[in-house]
Amino acid sequence: MTATLTDQVVTRVRADSLPRRRRSGKSALLTVLMLLCLVYFLLPIFWLVVASTKANEDLFSSFGLWFSRMNLLQNLHDVFTFQNGVFGHWMLNSLVYAIVSGFGASALATAAGYAFAKYRFPGGNAMFTVVLGAVMIPMTALAIPTYLLFAGANLTNTPWAVILPSLVSPFGVYLMRVYATDAVPDSLIEAARVDGAGEMRIFVQIVLRLLVPGSVTVLLFTLVASWNNYFLPLIMLNSPELFPLPVGLAQWQAASAAGSGSQALFSTVITGSLVSVLPLMAAFLFLQRYWQSGLGTGAVKA
Amino acid sequence: MTQQTRPPLQRKTANVAKRRQYAAAYTLSMPFMVVFILMIAVPLIYAGYLSFFKKQLIGGVSFVGLDNYGRALTDPSFLGGVGRMALFLVVQVPVMLGLSLLFALVLDSGMLRLQRFIRLGVFLPYAIPSVIATLMWGYLYGKDFGPFAQLAKALGLPAPDFLAGGNVLFSIMNIVTWGFVGYNMIVMYAALRSIPAELYEAARVDGASEWRVAWSIKIPAIRGALLLTTIFSVIGSFQLFNEPNLLRVIAPAAIGQDYTPNMYAYQLSFVNQDSNYAAAIAFLLGIVIMAVSYVVQLTANRKEKES
Repeated sequence: MTATLTDQVVTRVRADSLPRRRRSGKSALLTVLMLLCLVYFLLPIFWLVVASTKANEDLFSSFGLWFSRMNLLQNLHDVFTFQNGVFGHWMLNSLVYAIVSGFGASALATAAGYAFAKYRFPGGNAMFTVVLGAVMIPMTALAIPTYLLFAGANLTNTPWAVILPSLVSPFGVYLMRVYATDAVPDSLIEAARVDGAGEMRIFVQIVLRLLVPGSVTVLLFTLVASWNNYFLPLIMLNSPELFPLPVGLAQWQAASAAGSGSQALFSTVITGSLVSVLPLMAAFLFLQRYWQSGLGTGAVKA
Repeated sequence: MTQQTRPPLQRKTANVAKRRQYAAAYTLSMPFMVVFILMIAVPLIYAGYLSFFKKQLIGGVSFVGLDNYGRALTDPSFLGGVGRMALFLVVQVPVMLGLSLLFALVLDSGMLRLQRFIRLGVFLPYAIPSVIATLMWGYLYGKDFGPFAQLAKALGLPAPDFLAGGNVLFSIMNIVTWGFVGYNMIVMYAALRSIPAELYEAARVDGASEWRVAWSIKIPAIRGALLLTTIFSVIGSFQLFNEPNLLRVIAPAAIGQDYTPNMYAYQLSFVNQDSNYAAAIAFLLGIVIMAVSYVVQLTANRKEKES
């Protein structure tokens, strides 16, 4: 595959004498190859959609990658009514944990990143170095001692146990420092100072607006991290009504795989999975502008 | 800008301004630093403290120095887990980052039709939480109604056993690769887009192939992005937990409770109630991760000096 791809690339370039960055020379072969690769990435998602429309027994009796009897509405009904509608709780919990952690972490990282980028102050560099080093600490390695500390403070099995540790994003601070260094011109801050504006007023009224794109990127990162989090809520929470989606669904899957219950849960777990990935997929579709430029911020300037 | 030397007359006002700036800097960075200390520094120190003690049936908790670390370094469960993660790292990370880089270069070459659609499609799995991705792939791998098993059956072949002992690590690699190729591709693509076009326009005029431009100009220019994605992948590999822990439900024979160091620490802490030893394991894992990340950085820096 690589060889044909190279040949194709070579011919293309020779045929194209215009050294523009975005050349108009399109390669049909390259496009077809990429579309074939795309099948790998999209097929499991297609399977999930198809499987969500099937009744439990049809999962076993019909071909997995095509539709059978339409049972989507019944499945959705099952997902939201099983165990007294606990799935609705899980969705709400995931949403609340992700939004509070995401906005909190993004706000903290924005303020700190700006301070590290634009002020020279005693201890500033030392603090930033320590924060940067923390990017490498495995978060799961922190989870066990955090659990023990929270247990001592009676914080386990509360939403705080999931939210508080998610408020720290060392990588977010790093990103915001990188972003603020370029996005906020020193001359602008100096000019505001000459006009007699206080430091905090400069931050709130002038700087914050310039930092919004960076903050949205950090928000996206932390939202996704929190929405996907499994280990932390798994160890911190006992009550099913406090679970976020991943922990709850994993529990349903374990129950259905063990086959202990009288009900066969496969279609419920599969439809529940589809429902729980839709919000984030929708968010990514609508926020393309932000993540496509934002995800690269740290890497480009590193 | 605050360190400029000013005329003596202005020094007093300059000092006032400086003090105001210090105050602002601390006010802005303190909220983060407080949460950082409480949620990262304190648990880390506490884990270090715990790891020096041992809970005994008789005599309660006692100080044992480095005993827990000594135990871990000869513990086949811990060493086996680290070894498995090292294998995972050596195989999965190059495959994943290689694919990401290839896709990013293809996107950046501007030779693709349906660019936006392809970019979004490759990225989409990133929007699926690893727990859900694992549930999904678990069903796809399965013999009951997985499409692979169905196809094999239709062709009269034995169903492939993705969850057998020898295969399951590769099945996990596939789940992680599927989820993260798109994310890494976007990071690299963004870096490629920021290379000034003048850097390779000249080479193109001279008739260098796109392949040559990619190899000699583009890839060296995005070294920062490559290093960043490598280090994050290293950190992620050693921390593997979600995928094997969930697949264990359907493949208990192939995946033990000590399959990865994190699973082992979880089991020690919450099943065996041995938090002290679990803390030592977590600490050692952190040290392994930092050491490997450091080696990656050193290698990258040396290459940079050579070139």
